[in-house]
Amino acid sequence: MSDNTLNAKQKPGAVQTTGHSWDGDLQEYTNPLPRWWLWCFYGTVVFSILYWFVYPSWPMGKGWLKGYGTVDYTITDKATGKQLEKKDQPWNTRALLQEELGQAANDPKRKEMLAKVQAATPEQIVQNPQMMEFVRSVGKGLFGDNCAACHGQGGQGVVGLYPNLTDNDWLWGGSTARIQETLTLGRKGFMPAFGTVLKPDQLDDVAEYVLTLSNEAKPSEAVERGKALFQGQAGGCYACHGADGKGLAALGSANLTDKIWTIVDVSAQKTLQDKKTQITNFVAVGVNNTRVMPAWQNRLTPTDIKLLAVYVHQLSGAKQ
Amino acid sequence: MRHEQIETNSGLMLLLILVVISIGGLVEIVPLFYINETVEDVKGAVRPYTPLELRGRDIYIREGCYLCHSQQIRPFRDEWLRYGHYSLAAESQYDHPFQWGSKRTGPDLARVGNKYSNQWQVQHLNAPRSVVPQSIMPNYPWLLQTDLDYSDIVGRMRALRWTGVPYSVTQAEYDANVKIFGKATADLLDINQAQDTLLKQARDREFDSNPVRLTEMDALVAYLQVLGTMVDFTQYDEGYFTKFR
Repeated sequence: MSDNTLNAKQKPGAVQTTGHSWDGDLQEYTNPLPRWWLWCFYGTVVFSILYWFVYPSWPMGKGWLKGYGTVDYTITDKATGKQLEKKDQPWNTRALLQEELGQAANDPKRKEMLAKVQAATPEQIVQNPQMMEFVRSVGKGLFGDNCAACHGQGGQGVVGLYPNLTDNDWLWGGSTARIQETLTLGRKGFMPAFGTVLKPDQLDDVAEYVLTLSNEAKPSEAVERGKALFQGQAGGCYACHGADGKGLAALGSANLTDKIWTIVDVSAQKTLQDKKTQITNFVAVGVNNTRVMPAWQNRLTPTDIKLLAVYVHQLSGAKQ
Repeated sequence: MRHEQIETNSGLMLLLILVVISIGGLVEIVPLFYINETVEDVKGAVRPYTPLELRGRDIYIREGCYLCHSQQIRPFRDEWLRYGHYSLAAESQYDHPFQWGSKRTGPDLARVGNKYSNQWQVQHLNAPRSVVPQSIMPNYPWLLQTDLDYSDIVGRMRALRWTGVPYSVTQAEYDANVKIFGKATADLLDINQAQDTLLKQARDREFDSNPVRLTEMDALVAYLQVLGTMVDFTQYDEGYFTKFR
């Protein structure tokens, strides 16, 4: 009688079965595991035990096994400003990050350049090609992470929302010192809403006058009326934009005499009437809480801000 | 117990399977509840969300923002440079459920608070490509068009209070909050005044640039603007938070 649960090469009894039988005659072998597989398995067991010793592992009571692995790092003590060496700290990813940050900060080239930039004034940085190269490479990363979301990857901005940083027109001043101040403390644009102060036809007149400042409109009677409102107490526009309409960097008021428009997209309008409508609509509502530059002093270091100020200044062609 | 007894008794097998597969979870998770250092000591800097922020958080979850955005900055140098200080357990101690996540189709949002202006947030949620041309984020135009429903804010806060978030109902709880967070914040966390504080916060700091309507945008931007801003890291020595791990 042949046993059809064995294959041709195996003798009866050479391989054990599990002892179960299903449907009368179905049985299952217990073949030994391949040896290579078994040794790999034992290997992982040994590895895991070693791992427990080196790295943080089991919870124990109110703490946990911290492991024998250690990390050394250096920190700057906030109170004294001195470098403190932390030796043999238990291994963990946060300590590891401190070590990495320390190594990066101590990278001889980087350390040297950062010290130079820290000590130099923005003017000195601009004149030193080596420092400028550093500013361009570090600045690009900083700008991309922090500024590009609003001002665009290349700093071109969005008309009506975020100023273009690549032209030489600045609301709050374009010197590196002013840019540094803008970055550090942030800015908040404000213009009163004139919709309740001036009548619709008066708003129209002011808009027409404003358009003459940048040669978009020609002198007319309406322009004369608008001028009186702009320069007089009724409108009082001159108080912020200046009698010449060139704006004041201290207040962040726009220069109305050039062809660069940051809020109202006049350049995109074809007819004079459309341009006027755009300006009228804007002057009626003004700016309140809608044009805010965040402060970066809590997010970036003073050196980062200085680097960025120089970087942005360069974007505009560094004319101011 | 014999093999055969287990294999022929499915009820018993089910029970034993449950015991075996829960061991891993029990060993990994349960100790975190009694290891005191799991949540770092930040001296009461982290407060629960205000009613308005809380509604914003619910909208964040409703819109599935967590499917593309994580809220956990890991302790790696590249993340440190891009996003800022790594996230602390303390910072999400009142989050139920937490929004850590691991899927980053978009950037991490753990420290997005105060990084951009309210107007940017509104513009970007409404039409992301109008400010970030290469963005693949969907538009969320209905946020600005939908009035915020805050009628059930009390119930929402009560549910969280039940999980251990220190929103106050009784005078004793309120007094305890005054001690930890100060009076101004304790008022924001008082369930009895929830509707009033929600309306007040929306009025005081106009989030969606539309003072006439209280929209879902107001709530969501209020929430986004507080993310990761509660702990002032300048107060701690570098490396202070390494001792908790």
